[in-house]
Amino acid sequence: MSTNGLHPDPAREDASLTHLERLEAESIQIMREVVAEAENPVMLYSIGKDSSAMLHLALKAFYPAKPPFPLLHVDTTWKFRDMYAFRDETAARLGIDLLVHTNQEGLAAGVSPITHGSAVHTDVMKTEALRQALDKHRFDVAFGGARRDEEASRAKERVFSFRSSTHRWDPKNQRPELWRLYNTRKSPGESIRVFPLSNWTELDVWQYIYMEQIPIVPLYLARERPVVERDGTLIMVDDDRLPLAEGETPQMRTVRFRTLGCYPLSGAIESDAATLPAIIREMFLARTSERQGRLIDHDQSGSMERKKQEGYF
Amino acid sequence: MAGTDSASSLEEIEAYLAAQRDKRLLRFITCGSVDDGKSTLIGRLLYESKLVFDDHLAALERDSARFGTQQGDLDFALLLDGLIAEREQGITIDVAYRFFASEERKYIVADTPGHEQYTRNMVTGASTADAAVVLVDARSGVLTQTRRHTYLLSLIGVPHVAVAVNKMDLVDYGQERFRSIEADCLALAATIGIEGVTVIPLSALRGDNILERSAAMDWYDGPTLMGYLETVPLDEDRLTGRPFRMPVQWINRPDLDFRGVAGTIAAGTIRPGDRVVVQPSGHQSAVERIVTYDGDLRQAVTGQSVTLTLADDLDVSRGDVLSAVSAPAEVAGQFDATVVWMSEAPLIAERRYLFKIGTRTVPGTVTRIKFALNVNTMEHVAATKLDLNGIGSCNVAFEEPLPFDRYRDNRDTGGFIIIDRLTNATVGAGMLQYALRRAHNIHHQHLDVDKLARAAAIGQKPCVIWFTGLSGAGKSTIANLLELRLHRLGCKTYLLDGDNIREGLNRDLGFTETDRVENVRRIAEVARLMVDAGLIVLVSLISPFRSERDSARGLFEPGEFAEIYVNAPLAVAEERDPKGLYAKARRGELRGFTGIDSPYEAPVDAEVEVDTSSCEIEAAVDAVLARLRELGMLI
Ligand SMILES: Nc1nc2c(ncn2[C@@H]2O[C@H](COP(=O)(O)OP(=O)(O)O)[C@@H](O)[C@H]2O)c(=O)[nH]1
Repeated sequence: MSTNGLHPDPAREDASLTHLERLEAESIQIMREVVAEAENPVMLYSIGKDSSAMLHLALKAFYPAKPPFPLLHVDTTWKFRDMYAFRDETAARLGIDLLVHTNQEGLAAGVSPITHGSAVHTDVMKTEALRQALDKHRFDVAFGGARRDEEASRAKERVFSFRSSTHRWDPKNQRPELWRLYNTRKSPGESIRVFPLSNWTELDVWQYIYMEQIPIVPLYLARERPVVERDGTLIMVDDDRLPLAEGETPQMRTVRFRTLGCYPLSGAIESDAATLPAIIREMFLARTSERQGRLIDHDQSGSMERKKQEGYF
Repeated sequence: MAGTDSASSLEEIEAYLAAQRDKRLLRFITCGSVDDGKSTLIGRLLYESKLVFDDHLAALERDSARFGTQQGDLDFALLLDGLIAEREQGITIDVAYRFFASEERKYIVADTPGHEQYTRNMVTGASTADAAVVLVDARSGVLTQTRRHTYLLSLIGVPHVAVAVNKMDLVDYGQERFRSIEADCLALAATIGIEGVTVIPLSALRGDNILERSAAMDWYDGPTLMGYLETVPLDEDRLTGRPFRMPVQWINRPDLDFRGVAGTIAAGTIRPGDRVVVQPSGHQSAVERIVTYDGDLRQAVTGQSVTLTLADDLDVSRGDVLSAVSAPAEVAGQFDATVVWMSEAPLIAERRYLFKIGTRTVPGTVTRIKFALNVNTMEHVAATKLDLNGIGSCNVAFEEPLPFDRYRDNRDTGGFIIIDRLTNATVGAGMLQYALRRAHNIHHQHLDVDKLARAAAIGQKPCVIWFTGLSGAGKSTIANLLELRLHRLGCKTYLLDGDNIREGLNRDLGFTETDRVENVRRIAEVARLMVDAGLIVLVSLISPFRSERDSARGLFEPGEFAEIYVNAPLAVAEERDPKGLYAKARRGELRGFTGIDSPYEAPVDAEVEVDTSSCEIEAAVDAVLARLRELGMLI
């Protein structure tokens, strides 16, 4: 199969849109609507594959102009080194403004996934940090790469999700979304999270990345990496901040990541899928769904919804 | 499991991906009453399409033990329920979107609850649907809720409806039970005016007629549910055949040399060189380029998000609509619209709201609530306000005229949301039916002697009695006899007969759709003048299109207009063929003949319906008279 994009022949006569073309058109329409109506939008950029797809869609939506908003990376300082390299390379290559925000108070207090555990770390370094960044720059709309198929509680999430001035999400107070009509009006202080990929599935995203040849962080592809095994989860030893237990030595194993976050919280899977088709193939055979590698979701079902109410993305 | 990158399996996956690329997307909505098995059905579809990963299944087994209603068995419904509060109440209360795929297509399902107070959710879910699946429990058959759901679907204009008669396992897969429900469904569809309803017997729990044909129901030869979903037409394809429309979303101006008009195509196709008109300003130009990140296109179609450059430097801005020059959108400021209210605070006539239609937001008011609809009985009820989940037929006035299409022609250029100016909440949604031509900005000559005065002088209550039906149905015969009766009672009457008027006032009109519309419009306007003059006007006119009859009705006060549906089956009318026209049409000598090669849209809310195949003319006239008296239109 050729991989020269979604639109194999721009000059084709065929009149009907495929499902990916329809999803793409919808995402573009959503992004343009925000740019036409928001005062100060920003795109949350998490460096993951969904962010890569979302950024690619933004390039398309505003072409030949550049996306008329900056990228914002909420940095916990615990991302994989490959992610930082990829982030900086991407911003430079595309010539897009990249803002990086870290919760300095949290940093000063020494909050880390190692010492404080995933719940506190996420709350302080992600949830709180995101609020700080949005308030500091007075962003009124933030694009996020969440999808409805990720988790049951997200199936009901709106494309335009309203947050109070304290960034809280009130499930009772969301607006009905009919047709392609989005009501973007809000009171001062309120903000909107907008999810242009709402209707994409994980497979759609991978397929789109494959066909459009969108760059992704190499961590998604299998390679030998140093890992330790803890409670059945493989944690990559990405730098020397990860304390090793007595007798614990990193082993080189061929692994890859299905989702990327803070490295001490991201479980690797053993795999030798080193190409996109191989990843997609593995997805079909998957024994674990996407978020299982993300330790923060593990607590109990329903936890994601609680996180959302508190303002975690 | 670790993949083995053997060449053959990779080839396989690439072939698979190539096949995926060409799949199309169908959006549909499911509706049903609580416990009809909707969640089970969707869970089953997801499960069967193997998108349920193992660990979701593990969580499901855990949850089934805690909340499940299926003692031990897998409870598919639990795959779906998301919000904690809902789980605890044991009901689903919002619109959720689910995803799955089949060999042919990808699907997005809007899952909406059946509870009465959630009309709003159903309308939301249906607004983007190409098709709908209505669940019916085989044990209980068609219920009030089924009627409501089907009615709402017709209101939102979901073009294709499948009724899934679920739990067939609990009625021993009985054919008789199914046939009787099927007959009820088809009757319901006919009353509501939905075409294309498919009724499918199935068991969501056991998987009968979902993907595989059911061995237990070998008497059924229609499609399985999946077979239906794989072949039902996409709305996009219908829209692609309509005249070009693109609401202007954003002006792309990276530098002084480039000015692009960005938007999503709402109907039709566009190519470089095509002439477009900017509406409402009316300036024309030609499309120069269709610019995309992937290179210029030779053609773009409905649903695509593109950036167009125009040959001329025109003033185009967000909120305008680019339309085909040959068939531009109508521009108007006042409309007949159906409004669905979605807020706790009621809709009040004459209060100012914001209306967002396409990419334009304008202030406006609902000037009049003509009546509210009872969605359970489909009756019209008098109303001065609309409460949460209320549906009303309204006149709306926008403070500036804008280009639009009738909702049933195009959801994107005919659907709007209503925004509260203080809370910014989305409080309602609406569908434009037609423009009201009583333009208030044209200075109306004030006359001292008015309708009331003229009516009083004549001593009667003027009105219009509008007969519609197929040629040969008996309209003129009944109208004629009715006029004679009224005349004998001393009423001042006039009969406007379609055929006679075509010899004079309308002799310039033919039988194309446009001419038919104009024919009806003129006759309606003449009837209006006559009512203004104080007469009782009888109109005998095929008037095949619902919307024109509705426009005609819109010219009159409530209680002034009665629609009489003279119903005779086509076969009966054709056999009568008083003017030999059917024979001609059948021979192909007459084009655009209603019933033969031009459609007749039966009324859905006629004041009176008479079936002339089953009753005598005298009896029909009696029935009409009696009903008009009952309505207080005739004394
Ligand atoms: N016997 C039988 N039971 C069913 C079938 N479909 C659903 N049910 C049961 O009916 C009950 C209600 O189903 P559920 O899917 O929760 O209904 P919902 O309220 O419409 O979502 C549950 O106990 C289901 O297991 C079916 O085809 N056959």
